[in-house]
Amino acid sequence: MKYPVTQHLNYAVLQLTGEVDLSESPNARKQILNHIKNKSNLLVDLSSVEYIDSSGVASLVEGFQTARAEQLEFALVGVSSSAMQVLQLARLDSVFTIYDSLDDVKE
Amino acid sequence: MIRLERIHLLSRADKLQPLRHFVRELAAQQGCCEENLDCMVMAINEACMNVIQHAYGGREDGEIIVEFWKDDEELLVRIYDFAEKVNLEGIKSRDLNEVRPGGLGVHIIHQVMDSVEYKNQADSVGNVLEMRKQLSMPVVCDAGTFENNKAKN
Repeated sequence: MKYPVTQHLNYAVLQLTGEVDLSESPNARKQILNHIKNKSNLLVDLSSVEYIDSSGVASLVEGFQTARAEQLEFALVGVSSSAMQVLQLARLDSVFTIYDSLDDVKE
Repeated sequence: MIRLERIHLLSRADKLQPLRHFVRELAAQQGCCEENLDCMVMAINEACMNVIQHAYGGREDGEIIVEFWKDDEELLVRIYDFAEKVNLEGIKSRDLNEVRPGGLGVHIIHQVMDSVEYKNQADSVGNVLEMRKQLSMPVVCDAGTFENNKAKN
């Protein structure tokens, strides 16, 4: 899987795509943590995620916690319906900051 | 009950994607509504992931058998592993108020399936997970099974 990155305001925007399962979640986790290690506020774009399992969600939680410890911003954007189902089941939809689109993100 | 399929897979992460696609196709063929189909895919993926990570501890040569049974209204799935017997008392959902990575699989399985039962196999090694799901609940499906499942649990 490729991990396109763009910039929006003072955030790096990391896009996850396709199926983020046990095969892919170690790579997703590495990408997320690398951005935080580089002291970058991070938006994770989940609009093209077709499937995410609990290992993928764990990568997001780890990113969220690591960013908070580093006093960086971490949020999700454009969460696909399948990803939202899993976040709701895990009751994480109220833990993460979630934006519908980049237009909703303010500096 | 009629046995629909019995498939074997190795305890490897790359086996999960083809398994999910197989489950989706099989459940759809049996008339499973879209929402319940998502539930089945999610639960079977999480269950096999737990086998790979916890029962086999990341070993990639373990065997997993997934059986699919059906009666008029219900799909029954049995997932067998041949790892050390696990302590059944230790398999439980964690407190979701504690926000941390990991430990969500059991919770998700219980949320999306109608019944879930863990057993040790009768032989010296191995475990079985038995899960049931109604194939179709048209009215509930239209209203959103996930919300109903959440409310149920």
